[in-house]
Amino acid sequence: MIEVKHLTKRYGDKQAVNDISFKVEKGEILGFLGPNGAGKSTTMNMLTGYISSTSGQILINGVDILEDPIKAKSYIGYLPEIPPLYMDMTVDSYLGFMFDLKKCKLPRKAHLKDVCDLCKISAVRGRVIRNLSKGYKQRVGLAQALINNPPVLILDEPTVGLDPNQIIEIRTLIKKLGKSHTVILSSHILPEIQAVCDKIIIINKGVVAADGTADEIARNITNEHKMTLRIEGSTHTASDKKEITDALKSIDGVKYVRADMEREKSIYDYDVEADEKTDVRRAINKLCADKGWNILMLQLSDLTLEDIFLKITMGDNVRKDGTVREEAPKPKPNISFDVKDGELVASLDDGSAKEESAHAEDEASDDNDENGGEE
Amino acid sequence: MGAIYRREMSAFFISGIAYVFLAVFFLLSGIFFYNGVIASGTTETSAMFSSMFIIVLFLIPILTMKLMSEEKKNRTDQGLLTAPVGLWSIVLGKYFAALTLFIIAESVVFIYSIILGYLGNVVWSTLLGNYFAMLFLGAAFIAVGLFISSLTENQMASAVASMLALFVLYLFDSLASRVSNEHIQKAMTAVSFYSRYIEFTQGVFDLSSVVFFLSTAFIFNFLTVRVLDKRRWG
Repeated sequence: MIEVKHLTKRYGDKQAVNDISFKVEKGEILGFLGPNGAGKSTTMNMLTGYISSTSGQILINGVDILEDPIKAKSYIGYLPEIPPLYMDMTVDSYLGFMFDLKKCKLPRKAHLKDVCDLCKISAVRGRVIRNLSKGYKQRVGLAQALINNPPVLILDEPTVGLDPNQIIEIRTLIKKLGKSHTVILSSHILPEIQAVCDKIIIINKGVVAADGTADEIARNITNEHKMTLRIEGSTHTASDKKEITDALKSIDGVKYVRADMEREKSIYDYDVEADEKTDVRRAINKLCADKGWNILMLQLSDLTLEDIFLKITMGDNVRKDGTVREEAPKPKPNISFDVKDGELVASLDDGSAKEESAHAEDEASDDNDENGGEE
Repeated sequence: MGAIYRREMSAFFISGIAYVFLAVFFLLSGIFFYNGVIASGTTETSAMFSSMFIIVLFLIPILTMKLMSEEKKNRTDQGLLTAPVGLWSIVLGKYFAALTLFIIAESVVFIYSIILGYLGNVVWSTLLGNYFAMLFLGAAFIAVGLFISSLTENQMASAVASMLALFVLYLFDSLASRVSNEHIQKAMTAVSFYSRYIEFTQGVFDLSSVVFFLSTAFIFNFLTVRVLDKRRWG
């Protein structure tokens, strides 16, 4: 349905988008994930023909956007980052204008009513757009994209600035639309992408940093031979730290050990990396039993989408082929998540207590999400 | 094109620009009509039309100032440029909307002609000749204003720059007389809007001037299309 080959956009010396390729099939929802300024909007603007690419090709339904822009554009419904609303028009006259502009052949009254019902703006159809709340403006923007029932929907950060209830509503709507349309959606909100999209592309600094389903991406950069241990030594002093580190290093197959922060009083975490063939967990257990140490925690470094996102976007460890470079383990950042204005905000933080409470909050918001989805 | 034309027409009236434009146009042309025609006891309308050049010059930028600039500023151009319409449809839709309003404004002269009809015989040939001359002049000026509006995001800047540009065009005649080089002088008089327009008001219907005004309109609309096109490649 949508095919993008080696898409590149340069502004002078600045590479905004560099050699992006992907394919979206009919009925798929693709999520673009990336920090602000990563090139998400630029890519979407190229997909919709608003700006042109420096090189590369975009096929919408088999039609090249540069060769036959009018035909290609007729397949697309686009909601830009800032909805293109004429503030002094009423919702009704604006949607009527877009209906005419897109040369829609569907029965006018019935189609506009359907679109308004779908986006839940029927109650405000007579009002001037300027006076609508941000949430309603966003929905009018979405309604505008849905006019003429285009097979492809491109939505640039559709939930920005909405309250949590509205976010859930819009997500539910997008999921519903995804059954009959091909949808590309961009966001910097991780749970949103995870909740809605079939496929994810993580963009950073204009290049594809990872792509696939959420699970695939996680699998690719999850390292089962990496783990974090919390071991209680016998003396409860700092000398434990060195002793344990040395002992762990002496285990067969262990390549790297690093003592991390003090997590509980005089108890430290250790990042352990083994070579890929050896499962060192039993050996570690035996070592600790022999020495009289207690393993309080053993955690394989399973990465959540959040970790992956941060890992990819915060370091420069991204190769051009889209895989993530193996790197010498560095201190795993203590990431905490806060829910602010319905968005998950990740931040680096030292306090472990806060981390846990933030996680609890995170889970709570996920629960809400699911409930909302079912309603 | 139709959708954009209708939206611009309604936007003129919703924003109030249409009322301001029409009111000022009617007021000033009414003054010229009274002073130049009625008070001088004549039914000859040429004097009125020649004075109206300057009103047209200052009022047309008010019509065109926000046609393109506001779309860019409010990012509504994203809606237009990603819709399945060509650039010419967008530009011409806006162009003809402004031209329609201008025609409504200048058609006030037919009301004046009714007044004149009570007082004496209307010279229809000069009146119609002048009417069309002004139409062609407006057609060219609107295209210039639309072009300048497409260059900026600020509608005040657009209005001031358009007035200035049209004023320079108006001054071309007097500037030309100061130029010593004969060829440059000739070239400058050839593109003088004012002398071509005044020719009409004196009753000379010159086809080359009609072609001149219409091709100016075409060239500036073409340039506007190029500006929109170029923005995509920026």
